[in-house]
Amino acid sequence: MKEHKSGNVTYIAVWAALVVLTAVTVAVSYVHLGMMNVVVALLVASVKASLVALFFMHLRYESRLVWGFALTPIFFLILIIAGTLSDTLFR
Amino acid sequence: MSGQSTHHGPGAAGHEAHMDPATAREAATLGIWTFLATEVLLFGGLFTAYIIFRIKFPQMFYEDHLKLNRVLGAVNTVVLIGSSLTVALGIAAIRKGRVGLLRLYLSLTILLAGAFLGIKFVEYSEKFSHGLFPGTDIFFSLYFMLTGLHGIHVLAGMAALGTVLFLAGRGKYSESYHTPVEITGLYWHFVDLVWIYLFPLLYLVG
Repeated sequence: MKEHKSGNVTYIAVWAALVVLTAVTVAVSYVHLGMMNVVVALLVASVKASLVALFFMHLRYESRLVWGFALTPIFFLILIIAGTLSDTLFR
Repeated sequence: MSGQSTHHGPGAAGHEAHMDPATAREAATLGIWTFLATEVLLFGGLFTAYIIFRIKFPQMFYEDHLKLNRVLGAVNTVVLIGSSLTVALGIAAIRKGRVGLLRLYLSLTILLAGAFLGIKFVEYSEKFSHGLFPGTDIFFSLYFMLTGLHGIHVLAGMAALGTVLFLAGRGKYSESYHTPVEITGLYWHFVDLVWIYLFPLLYLVG
């Protein structure tokens, strides 16, 4: 078992960052940027998701094995999306 | 379960441990991450549907997403992020053996989860009163399916958190043993993660 060092200060800082990022993504959604709106929204969401996974879910302090278990579904998710699009996009 | 009754050593008193505590904790962690992998793919199928239909009907997605209440969606995002914080603080508390503090944070988390569902209920009522139903069009089908499935996960999370809260009250968890608290916490953070993607995809970019 690895030692967990996340203090309450870290958690509160992560929470504050998540709230700020939520405000940013909502604010950007009111500005018309076309396709860039989607890019920004997904980018911000991914930063938020990474913060939650790394700090709240303690991935930062976990073994390589746990990382493997956590990241594998992302590979399959990409496979499903890319595989389906490779069909529907080119009909 | 292989390996049962291969050892007859002492130490089986506490939590009917079949292995040493560190191994048991790692096994439980891998177990929940495996379960979460299946959850990613459960939502993944619906996200794939979202992407395909968004490409196919960009105009419908654009017009319909404006009918969602962006403010309530944002408030709910903050509520759920707050509930993730309280779970994390609760786990930090029990790691120091502070059961009372853990129970306080778990109660707060369940309260926030209830607030999330309450706001969701208001949103659904608003949509229904405007004649927007799951059968209205493909955007609202996806909206109700995704948020509904997520809502069921919130309910399941509340039940799991409630069970942990109850067991904490009966003195089941301590500084040295709190794996179920951490496992339930991981599930709850996952529910938050799903919403982190649902919110912008449905409310912000449509």
